[in-house]
Amino acid sequence: MQWKRVILLAGHYGSGKTNLAVNLAAALKKQEKPVVIADLDIVNPYYRTKDSEEELKRLGIPLISSPYANSNVDVPALPQELYTVVDRTDTYAVVDVGGDDRGALALGRYTPKLLEEDNFEMLFVMNMYRPLTKEVSGTLEVMREIEIAGGLPFSALVNNSNLGAETTAHDVVRSVAYAEAVSKACGLPVKMTSVMESLYSNLREKIPNVVPLRLQNKRIWN
Amino acid sequence: MAEKVLMKGNEAIAEAAIQAGCRFYFGYPITPQTEIAAYMAKRMPKIGGTFLQAESEVAAINMCIGVASTGKRVMTSSSSPGVSLKAEGISYMAGCDLPALIVNVQRGGPGLGGIQPSQSDYFQATKGGGHGDYRLFVVAPASVQEMVSLTAHAFNVAEKYRVPAMLLADGTLGQMMEPVVIDDITVEEHDKSWALTGTKGERAHNIINSLSMLPEELEQWNIDRYQRYAQIEKNEPMWEEYMMEDAEICVVAFGIASRVSRNAIRAAREKGIRVGMIRPITLWPFPKEMLLASSEKVKAYITVELNMGQMVEDVELATRCRRPVLSANRAGGCIPSPEQVLAQIEAANRLGGEQ
Repeated sequence: MQWKRVILLAGHYGSGKTNLAVNLAAALKKQEKPVVIADLDIVNPYYRTKDSEEELKRLGIPLISSPYANSNVDVPALPQELYTVVDRTDTYAVVDVGGDDRGALALGRYTPKLLEEDNFEMLFVMNMYRPLTKEVSGTLEVMREIEIAGGLPFSALVNNSNLGAETTAHDVVRSVAYAEAVSKACGLPVKMTSVMESLYSNLREKIPNVVPLRLQNKRIWN
Repeated sequence: MAEKVLMKGNEAIAEAAIQAGCRFYFGYPITPQTEIAAYMAKRMPKIGGTFLQAESEVAAINMCIGVASTGKRVMTSSSSPGVSLKAEGISYMAGCDLPALIVNVQRGGPGLGGIQPSQSDYFQATKGGGHGDYRLFVVAPASVQEMVSLTAHAFNVAEKYRVPAMLLADGTLGQMMEPVVIDDITVEEHDKSWALTGTKGERAHNIINSLSMLPEELEQWNIDRYQRYAQIEKNEPMWEEYMMEDAEICVVAFGIASRVSRNAIRAAREKGIRVGMIRPITLWPFPKEMLLASSEKVKAYITVELNMGQMVEDVELATRCRRPVLSANRAGGCIPSPEQVLAQIEAANRLGGEQ
């Protein structure tokens, strides 16, 4: 799969952006490309890229994240290092944009430089099993709100439809028609369908451009 | 909406409230419950409901008093410091015998505390928080699915007995995503002849008020209210038993703590320790009778909590202090680990053996 230098992942919160970001950065690293991962989330208090800090360290992928992520400090602060995403044009950057339009608001300050370099792609991550984006109209509404807030147009879609750890291959197959309907309505291609690693072998022949994902979420409860 | 969807706990509360007939939401944002307000802001205008971000928590709870007085279903939500601000209004609501739902997605305290998950508002929810002789019906969900069913249940119970109800969750449950099915929501019809709906010149005015000029009258209001509380204590306790058939050690835990405990209990069972769990689903009324009955066989209890052990004394009271009550707890936004709970189960097992 071909990638632009800056890959922006945005979407409704809970669509799976963070998980996807870690997996994409790992895939680029595997191809021996220099890559950083950046957490632009100024909204979510928990379940953030920072949860994967150890794994990213092991993979040798620098994480640019608010020093306050996963702490008790509740301020929408971003670190100055985030500018390396637009300044260091020799390095790939996977950017985890926060959920919804409120999350995408922080993107605005990097928009002029991203447009100037014109080597980015903005992916809309979608999950038809989220109640507010289960229909095409609701999905388009969220897309439009994010584009307005961030000041950047989407370039492609990622179908990440899932029901968490309970997702079955059937659930993913069912989502293909939804992804195609969204694609038709907005005119953007479905770049890939991302699925849990365990479903990959079952689905690789059935759906075009299927990508396996390793789930990052560690839980001490069940 | 009977298909399975993936929802955050906070969103599930909001959607369940809507399905349960709530069309009025008043609130003020605070982490980690803001998604409730965000969801309501998106949904309410589309279904003819009212979402209003109030100027403060105090304003929001007083707006709830207004709507509740008309007999309509209404809710507010906040997190710990915000619920403290609402305490006065909650007391007025109880004094006016008004049903409503107050959601507390708890974070660490006291004071401004932090934004990580906590259960340290147990006392505030179950013993008062506001002033005066009053009780809240308090439910404590342990999963996103249960946030759906208990939200709807809390509205029904609140109306049945004309009391405010509280759904006590924590930041983890509010933020976690799980697949849920939003169905099985029953909207019960209860008498609303007390509500302010306009007399149309056909009946005497209803008065909704917590102020009385006469001490004897105010006393009688309290006595009448406590008769309803006695009915709630008799009819409404809810709990779940887990591996209690032969248990000699009993974990008592609610909400997210009960899910950490399950892992520890299974690990302890593998070591041959006969341990089980009683999970209170209603925190008030507390499942006292069930706990007392269990003390015939149980040698020691352990509360697992995200606070400094606030539930210990309720377990001691319920079991008449017949058995030792230990605690495996963390505070300040930290969650007890299954290993910590297992260590305390082993300690309780040694303790129980000595008796």
